[in-house]
Amino acid sequence: MTTNIVLEEAKVVPGREEPGETRTRRAFLVAAGAAGLCYTAALGYPIYRYLASPAEMASSATAITEVTLKDAQKLPAGSVLMFKFGTAPAMMIHHQDGSWVALSAVCTHLGCTVQYEPQANRIHCACHGGVYDPRTGANVSGPPPKPLKLFKVAVGDTGVEVSRA
Amino acid sequence: MTTKSLTNSVYGWVDERLGLSELAAFARHKTVPAHAQSFWYYWGGISLFLFIVQCFTGILLLVYYRPGADAYESVRQITFVMHFGWLIRSAHSWSANLMLFAIFVHMFSVFFMKAYRKPREFGWLSGMALLALATVFGFSGYLLPMDELSYFATKVGLQIPAAVPLIGPAIASMLRGGPDVSEFTVQRFFALHVVVLPAVFLPLLGFHLWLVQRHGNAVPPSEETKPANERKSIPFMPGFLRKDLAMWLISLNILALLASVFPWTLGKQADSLTPAPLGIHPEWYFMSPFEMLKILGNWLPGEAGEIAGLLLFTIGIVLWVLIPFYDVKNDGGRRARAAHYFGLVAVILLLATTAIGYWTIR
Repeated sequence: MTTNIVLEEAKVVPGREEPGETRTRRAFLVAAGAAGLCYTAALGYPIYRYLASPAEMASSATAITEVTLKDAQKLPAGSVLMFKFGTAPAMMIHHQDGSWVALSAVCTHLGCTVQYEPQANRIHCACHGGVYDPRTGANVSGPPPKPLKLFKVAVGDTGVEVSRA
Repeated sequence: MTTKSLTNSVYGWVDERLGLSELAAFARHKTVPAHAQSFWYYWGGISLFLFIVQCFTGILLLVYYRPGADAYESVRQITFVMHFGWLIRSAHSWSANLMLFAIFVHMFSVFFMKAYRKPREFGWLSGMALLALATVFGFSGYLLPMDELSYFATKVGLQIPAAVPLIGPAIASMLRGGPDVSEFTVQRFFALHVVVLPAVFLPLLGFHLWLVQRHGNAVPPSEETKPANERKSIPFMPGFLRKDLAMWLISLNILALLASVFPWTLGKQADSLTPAPLGIHPEWYFMSPFEMLKILGNWLPGEAGEIAGLLLFTIGIVLWVLIPFYDVKNDGGRRARAAHYFGLVAVILLLATTAIGYWTIR
């Protein structure tokens, strides 16, 4: 059966055709290809934008530079408050000595949400055992390659303002 | 190794295992009859194309649609928040309507060309089943946005199975998932619309298309009487296929135009305490039975009218579905003419009651 295919291909060898026919065929193929591209773009663009909508909305959320946490100044010493900075989880710790620290709660290893452990005085990631310092965010042990990002904290009378450092 | 010999050896390898050359030979030898009524051959293909559009746009809507209590809010998001969501929803709705229209044209052309006769009885029967499923697709999909119109349309539509003696109320309540149309109804209509119906429809469609390949296109009786050497046909590849694809392209253009120039609207959120809006009416493909039931109800008020209407419908549909079994002769005898008149009466009745329906809702 392969021979059949070869025979059919032989029919379209340009040398056997009139030169004008080759030119009109080429023109037709170019026009058809261009039309096909136009259709692909006209159908593909709306579909792409439609599917990308949540990503676009999230990117405007991640552009946020500060978050005000109402009444967070009442957070007791030695406890933690989880909140969202844009779309990503973050944590604010009120240490026993009265100092405030806010940092990203996304483990720099593989993106799990980390946990503050006051008794052990550490931030721990349960996924692969990463450990961070709860004051500086520095990666202390385990697989994390980088420290947790620190935010600036301003404690007011009605709330706490957390902003990008 | 040159590119050509490489292509040939890859083709040879695949061909040996899948038998592609048999398929290619089949396609090369397939022909389509050419005559004055050939135009009607395209409508099955157009229906198929619009069904494919339904699958694609349906999957896209599925990306953001949430059934249940959140249904209206999610459709509002699709329509007004997501980029081009309005266009995809509009294309899905328009394509559904165009598909039903194309299926009706296909069915009537098959009917009048008598293409249901031996050996094509299964083609007719599977086609009727596909049409029935397509209307259930339409009915179940109509509820999913859960706006005022879809809420009342579903409420009214489910009165029809409810009118069936004895078991009717139980069927209606099973379909609704309770005594009234609610978020449970949306949830089960959703399951029906995107899982159950496609699972039944797709194999049946495959069967239908396989039959078309097996028996080829039927010719109308006027062609059949001609001697064999006067009948013309054209090869399927590439002649007919090219025309078929051109029809698909035309359908796509019409669909794109309708969907973007006349975007499908979204009404107010359904609320069982809000009275039904004025001028509410079923979709056009349900208008005719709706109107016939209404007319019969005026003649025979009460339950008698409902039962008489359902009985009459059932008899009419059964007669229509069973046509291949009593219109069997190939000559243009009395029975063949009777079948022809039956078809004409059906078309006139459908068009007239639909027109009256639209006339009286104004």
